[in-house]
Amino acid sequence: MSDAGRKINEDLLRPLLQTSWRFYLLVALLGSVVVAGLVAWLWQMWNGFGVAGLNNPVYWAFYITNFVFWIGISHAGTLISAILRLVNAGWRRPVTRCAEVITAFALMIGAMFPIIHLGRPWLAFWLIPYPSNRQIWPNFRSPLVWDFFAISTYLTGSVLFLVLPMIPDFALVRDRTTGTRSRIYGLLALGWRGTPKQWHRLESAMQIMAIAIIPVAVSVHTIVSFDFSMAPVPMWHSTIFGPYFVAGAIFSGIAGLIIAMAALRKFLHLEDYLHPVHFQNLGKLLLMMSLLWAYFVFAERLTVWYGNGSAEVQVLRATQKGSFAPLYWTMVVCNFVVPFTILSLRRLRTITGCVIASFGVCIGMWLERFLIVVPSLSHKYLPYAWGTYRPRPVEIIITVATFAAMTLLYVLFSKFVPIISIWELKVGEHTTHVVEPLEMHEHALGDAHP
Amino acid sequence: MSAVYALYPTPDAAQRAVNNLHAAGVPDGQITIVSAEPFEEHAFADRDKATSMGWIALAGAIVGLLVATWLTRMTELAWPLSTGNMPIVAWWPNLIVMFELTMLGGILAAVITLLVAGQLVRRRPAFYDPAVSDGQILVGVEAAAEEAAVERALAGGEIRRL
Repeated sequence: MSDAGRKINEDLLRPLLQTSWRFYLLVALLGSVVVAGLVAWLWQMWNGFGVAGLNNPVYWAFYITNFVFWIGISHAGTLISAILRLVNAGWRRPVTRCAEVITAFALMIGAMFPIIHLGRPWLAFWLIPYPSNRQIWPNFRSPLVWDFFAISTYLTGSVLFLVLPMIPDFALVRDRTTGTRSRIYGLLALGWRGTPKQWHRLESAMQIMAIAIIPVAVSVHTIVSFDFSMAPVPMWHSTIFGPYFVAGAIFSGIAGLIIAMAALRKFLHLEDYLHPVHFQNLGKLLLMMSLLWAYFVFAERLTVWYGNGSAEVQVLRATQKGSFAPLYWTMVVCNFVVPFTILSLRRLRTITGCVIASFGVCIGMWLERFLIVVPSLSHKYLPYAWGTYRPRPVEIIITVATFAAMTLLYVLFSKFVPIISIWELKVGEHTTHVVEPLEMHEHALGDAHP
Repeated sequence: MSAVYALYPTPDAAQRAVNNLHAAGVPDGQITIVSAEPFEEHAFADRDKATSMGWIALAGAIVGLLVATWLTRMTELAWPLSTGNMPIVAWWPNLIVMFELTMLGGILAAVITLLVAGQLVRRRPAFYDPAVSDGQILVGVEAAAEEAAVERALAGGEIRRL
């Protein structure tokens, strides 16, 4: 084996084979926050939905905000990974798995929220398309059932997209460990050998899945936006919501990915694999999405303001200069001012700069989801139907717990699975002799083709 | 199962062994090559490239589409409930479910094809050496008719038997 291959094995298998006390401490801390969230949820189930701040007319608030936010975060991984795979971008190799994991876990957490939001979560199986004892099926004309199909398809596809390239790495760990650990990884490796046939089939499957998963990813957040835009609620019933949600999802997803990569780089000492150029490239992508987000917000707001519909303008006023204004302008600063200032200057587009901008975007995008959900519901058409909303401790605890759950799942994953695809990284080390036609060689402007 | 094989530290050495086996009259189908990473730039990795996985995935997608079409239409007709002044069989919203199940069908068909064609889902690989994980490339022949000729062809590496 080459020295590079040996180093890759040692560096990336180290977290699996060695455990420090810091890992246990972190797991204990995060686990306790998750347990607090579970207790809060049980408390809500025991005492009824009244312990949450939801009431007429604001029936959707923190939980649905979290649902949309986490589904948005999930767009980082599989979508970016699939696009980079299809265009065969060499710099994707250390990034793809870090990203795909975010998708799988964020989707799982996001999908929990409609269940948490149910007063009787044990009846969540009613969403599943099966005939009840009166032969009534779920109504396929409801956007909530579309959510079930979209999220299930995306979750299935994303988990498979994550797991398939892990099989050769499981085989590697199987061969380099002993005892129970070797047996478990042996089962996960599915008897992988690494024949040319297996490599070709894996490559073909990944290509097909990459092609299929991109439109699915776009559809998922479009369908999440339909939960709102299909309803005749002021500032929800808008044709812009589909692309606006997709752009926002990719935006927050990239921010989540940058934060995760920076944490992995720091704590797992992956400086040799996650280079500043990876952050720079993702930072440029984040800047582009920030501009796109600002464009969508401007287009949406201008249309509402110019249309001057009485109900819609009330919501617009509430967010621009009413009770929601502090949150709204914080969102603008976090989603546009901070990332634009930091990421448009090459000098500031460092790892630290990208991480600061990404934290800003995550906060800003959570606020954006909240500002889509709550002001519209609290300012419906007639003033007598207006209401207010204040989050209660149970909602805040559950929200905080999901962030801890995401971190915990990520930490556990990186403990048991190489967080960077080892075999793909080794392929990147191969020296290839690509023969380019002379016409493709770079030449000075004005010179004839060689 | 009996097999003769050798381990090679570099893909070039493995390629030479494969060429020697071809020269010794061993057909391509009998030669086993195992590596911890794909070596696309070498001729030995070019074998078994042709696959119908794309067509199978397309067939899976069509099955998904047909199932979704049947499911949405059947359920709407089973309990004809008027919703929001939409027709009982409302194709616009049904298209969403049909799209998702089409994609799911394609994805699942591709994965099942990988598992079957790649001969996966085994507890332990049959013809294998864990040294492959250390970067060695295994080249060998199962149930070789002329073992001496095979051993001569594999002489560039450390010969092992199974």
